[in-house]
Amino acid sequence: MDKTSEMPKLNGKLLRYSLSVSLTVGLYGIAFGAASIAAGFSVLQSCLFSLLTFTGASQFAAVGVVASGGTAAAAISAATLLGTRNALYGMQMAPLLENRGLTKLIAAHITIDESTGVALSQVEEGNATMRQGFWLTGLGVFLFWNLFTLLGALGAKQLGTPASWGLDAGVPAAFLGLLWLRLTSNFLRLVAVASMVFTLLITPWLPSGLPIISATLVAVAVGWNERESTT
Amino acid sequence: MMWTVLIFTSAFALLIKLAGHYVPSRWLSNPRLQRINALVPIALLSALVVAESVTNKARLVIDHRLAGVAVALAALFAKLPFPVVVISAVVTSALIYHLH
Repeated sequence: MDKTSEMPKLNGKLLRYSLSVSLTVGLYGIAFGAASIAAGFSVLQSCLFSLLTFTGASQFAAVGVVASGGTAAAAISAATLLGTRNALYGMQMAPLLENRGLTKLIAAHITIDESTGVALSQVEEGNATMRQGFWLTGLGVFLFWNLFTLLGALGAKQLGTPASWGLDAGVPAAFLGLLWLRLTSNFLRLVAVASMVFTLLITPWLPSGLPIISATLVAVAVGWNERESTT
Repeated sequence: MMWTVLIFTSAFALLIKLAGHYVPSRWLSNPRLQRINALVPIALLSALVVAESVTNKARLVIDHRLAGVAVALAALFAKLPFPVVVISAVVTSALIYHLH
């Protein structure tokens, strides 16, 4: 989330803010639907991914590994590793939301980058506004993400051979877009470049899918020791 | 294969989310774990960009996809919106695929 962007003061503003985040992020759903079809999943499976997994980067990773010829285990591991950050978001949101039972289950399901990000951006407005931001954004993204996944999947299905329509380049381009949002410092850019070089170097030596998961080692190696504050 | 990936990916994704809401926060508050966790998406997304643009199985391949990704990179530098980034990559890649 861009914490420097303008923060809404009123609930009307919060609604518009949540909606614009939901719509922007939801549009990625088109790319996911298309990527999923290109990887060989059906329209139904693509839609179930967005309904049930509902965490974009993990979904892209799962279909991406399958598309590159990786095993099911490699696809599931890559997706699961990418989803671990949602546990940290849940930890931050649970004391704020104080939900129980079914509501808590739904809250957990919509605990993603955007719902957490919007909630945290409302700290100065108080807990009630933070809660509102979480629910509005979480449910908004859920709506648009699923709608656009269906559109993307149906569209890609009509097109046929993925390569002849360039869809196989759309997937890495979508990953690059997701990555781009996260590269907020030179240190993080360096980690990204190091991960890319590492993946290139080990690709010829490992079965498909494994180089992707192995890139986690770069994160472990860099994050193991505390570092000086970076630019 | 497809259903296996779908079912397990979804189940683990939900379990992780539920863990965050139910597990006592001190379990996950280890600073080392948090530092690594913050870097994991960057490492994995970077690896996925490479895997999807220049590899085919265990081989490095330069083809139409890389051209598309290069154009996407240029679009990101130009601060163009996400749909434009993806569409420019798709169009470039398709053109080169057909010219080839």
